[in-house]
This record gives sequence, C-alpha cells and structure tokens, in this order.
Amino acid sequence: MCMSKMSGSDSIPQRADMQASGGRQKMRHGWSRFVVALRPFLFIALLIVAWDIAVRRQPAHLLPTPWETVGGILDLVRHNLLLKYVVASLFRVTWGFSLAAILAIPLGLAIGWYRRAEMALNPILQILRPISPLAWIPIAILWFGVGDLSAVFLIFVGSFLPLLLTSINAARSVPDVYVNAGRNFGLGPMQLIARIFYPAVMPQLIVGLRITLGVAWLVVVAAEMIAVDSGLGFLIVDARNAGNRYDLVVAGMVIIGLIGFLLDVGMRSLEKVKSFRWSYSED
Amino acid sequence: MVTKEVEAAPGLKTKLSVDNVSMTYKRDGKLTHVLENVNLEVSDGEFVCLLGPSGCGKTTLLNTMAGFLTPTSGTIQVNGEAVRGPDPRRIFVFQERGVFPWLTVEGNIGFGLSKLTKPEREQRIAHYVKMVGLQGFEKSYPAELSGGMKQRLEVARALAVNPDMLFLDEPFGALDSITRLVMRSELLRIWQAERKTIIFVTHDIDEAVQLADRVVVMSARPGTIQQIVPIDIAHPRDISSQHYLELRDGIFKQIGLAHQV
Repeated sequence: MCMSKMSGSDSIPQRADMQASGGRQKMRHGWSRFVVALRPFLFIALLIVAWDIAVRRQPAHLLPTPWETVGGILDLVRHNLLLKYVVASLFRVTWGFSLAAILAIPLGLAIGWYRRAEMALNPILQILRPISPLAWIPIAILWFGVGDLSAVFLIFVGSFLPLLLTSINAARSVPDVYVNAGRNFGLGPMQLIARIFYPAVMPQLIVGLRITLGVAWLVVVAAEMIAVDSGLGFLIVDARNAGNRYDLVVAGMVIIGLIGFLLDVGMRSLEKVKSFRWSYSED
Repeated sequence: MVTKEVEAAPGLKTKLSVDNVSMTYKRDGKLTHVLENVNLEVSDGEFVCLLGPSGCGKTTLLNTMAGFLTPTSGTIQVNGEAVRGPDPRRIFVFQERGVFPWLTVEGNIGFGLSKLTKPEREQRIAHYVKMVGLQGFEKSYPAELSGGMKQRLEVARALAVNPDMLFLDEPFGALDSITRLVMRSELLRIWQAERKTIIFVTHDIDEAVQLADRVVVMSARPGTIQQIVPIDIAHPRDISSQHYLELRDGIFKQIGLAHQV
C-alpha cells in the first residue's frame, strides 16, 4: 500500500511499476512458470499418443502410426534425401521471396507515398489479389518449363502482391507529424527517407514480411508437387505415386510444419529488435 | 478595453511580424476563410499566447508562422526575413505525439544534433535530459513514458538545437489537469532560463493568462485578431490576485462567455 502511494506521481510511468512487481513474482513462481512453459509440449505428446491409439484401433490403416512416421524420416535421412529436399525447397523460397521483397517493397513505399498513384493502382491490385498463386502454375510451366525457375516464379508471384500491399499501407500510415518534425529539424529528402520514413514503416513491413514468408512456404510445397522433381512438395507426391509410402507422406508433412514454424520464429525475432518494436509496445 | 494593439512592447527588437495575413481553403468547391487580415508583431524573447475557440484558425496561423503552410496573401517575417519553410532555428512542438517512437529519450533529444561532434552531442543531451527531469530514462523508449514525460521530451528535443523561437500547439491539451499545471511552471522555468521567443496556442483562458506576456484573443470564421491583452503581472503569478482575475474575466467577456457555470 505504502509503495503504491509513493509511486502516484506523474514522473514514474506505470509500465516500470508493472515490470518491478513482475520481477518479484518471477522469483516466487519459478517452478510454476516452468510447468506453464512445458504445457505445449505435453499437449503435443498427448496428441501423438491419441494419434497412435486411433490408428491402431482402425483396421483399415488410414494413416501411418507416429512410429512409422519417425521411421519414414529416418529412412529419408539414411538415403541423404532429407537435407537435399529441405535445401531445395528453402533455396526456391529464398529466391522467390527475396526477389519479390526487393521489387515490391520500394515500389509499394513509393506508391503509398504518392497518394494519386495509390488511387490509380488500387482497382487493378484488388482484382489481382484474389487470384491464387497456384492458378499461375500452367503459365509458369509454359514460360519457364518444369524446373526451379517455375517454382521460384510461383513463389515470387505469391509473395509480390501481399508485400506490395503491405508496403503501400505502411507508407500511407506514416503520420504527417513525424515528417513535419523531420523537416523542421532541417532534414533534406534523402535524410527524411533514412531517418523518418524508414524507421516509421519498419514495424508494419516486418509483420508483412513474416506473414508473406508463411504464404511463400505454402506456395513452394504446392509448386513442387507439379513443377519440379525435388523438394518437400515433390517428396509427398512422389512417395504416394511410387508405392503408396504414406509414412513418407506424413513425414514430409511433419517436416514442412516444423520448418514453417522455424521460419516464423526467425521472423518473429526480428520483431523483437527494440527500435523496430515501438509500434507493438504501444498499448 | 477594446484596443487593437499590434505593435510589440516598446524598447524591444521585433522578432516576428505578421502582416495582413489571410488564408483561404477551397473545400468541396466552397471557399473557406480561415484567417482574415491578421497583423501581429512579437518582440524578441516574448511569450505570446494565441487564444480562441476551436476552429478559429489559431493552429493555422501557427503553422504559417512556422513555415508549414503558406498564407494565401500577406507576409510573415522573422528577423526581417520572409519565412519560406520550416527552419531548425524555429522549432514546432506538437502535442506529445511528435516524439519519434523508434528512438530512445537520448535519440530523440539528439535528433537535431547530428552536426555536432560526439562529445558535444552527449553533453548537450545530458544537459537537456536534466533540464526536463528525465534522468534515469535516457535509454527508455517513448512507449515506456507517461504523457507528461513525452511532452517534456519533445520540448527538450526542440530546445536542444538551440532555436530562437518555439511554436507550441496546445502542447498540454492531452494531459490531465494536475500534470498540465506542473508542465506550465516547467515551461515558464525553461523560458526564464533560456529566453526563447514563444508562441503558444491554447483554448484555455487560464493557461493563457498564467503564461503569456500578451494574450492574442482570436475570433472564429473568419479567424481575426479580436484583441491583444498585455498581462502585466510578474512571474511567479498569484492566480488568486485581484488583477489576475480582472484580466481573466476581461477575456472571458471578450470571448462572449459569462463567467458562471
């Protein structure tokens, strides 16, 4: 009680108070926090057990058991295919996604900055947006044949529009007050971009990049099912065609999920950079 | 009481002069007269409040003085030179939303100091951190600060580049009434220490009479200067003195408000 009375003054922000009391609780509840952290893993273990029991009680064998799936992953490792396929998929995503980012972000920021350009382009962007990147598969094969280039192109197509729209929005939502303050301190056009515009759009861009990377990872699997002969998407189709190896199909799905998760974790760690984080920490 | 005083206080150098400034917007094909024939002279080191109801054009007038807007007609001069745009010698303080949320307290105060050497910059930052009482928060981001602290931070960022003039646009409007009172005396303390010319926009009569050397009372649509009231009370001001109350009530009447709720 005494503490809270003392901290009633304006000069002590509430957040600092909250952090201080949070620190005390951390000491007291170290063990229970550990249990809370363990909870998601316990839940996954429970699901795996349920999966095992359900498959065993079902004579038609509609799914491989968890152990067969692990066996499938080990099989892939033994034949040196796991690393090769993962690298192949990541390679395509890296190229398609990076090319899209390099082109879409500057273009989108410029469009967002000039409001008239945004008004002129908006209808066509809204028409292109609902077209699934997968609808481009026939055209990709027509233009680039079956191979890496087609897959990279599809990922590019799938990433370009979301990144462009995010960038347009990010540029549009930079408050005038920051730009005016920058001009008031005598910044020229290049300095305004580097010191005001860039930091102001960064938080929104990072969110857009993270969501789009997830989309790119979805697209690569689909593209590999049709347009190439390596990668995790190819693994899934190939395992089914070549002898109904459903253990490998599910193994491929598990690996796709895990890598997608790791990509997301990587992008999220960018959000934690303090000078980028300002927009998330407000409210 | 209804005297139109446009000359600056005698014996002092004229800092800012606004001559026949009018401002017209075209909105939905209709002309709106925001400012009409505004004349004002402000002397060096003077504290002037622009007072008026919302929509009377006082913020527009402030923006033209700061160079963010160009008047439709008339001229604005600072030190005898026409204002052509924003200038680091004249800093505009927005409400606390003007601080850069991606920079720390230090980063914000040092924002306009990139031309200084590193030791000079650090010394300047430390000086203003202390002046506005943000010691211990140098590495904090604005999101971790209270509204009053953000406001002080923005004032510090403005003062750090050593401007001749400060333009403040309802800087304390978003603060609670206690913090607002504290901020007023802080601003007066800083003004007395640094003697900048200050143009302060407010719609709060008490605030204007507590702070200003002269209160410029504006009327709305089109915005014109109705009256300029010199506040001849020395700081610190006794806000229950007879003279203070007389001046305040005079402005209340001028704006057309009965001093009764």
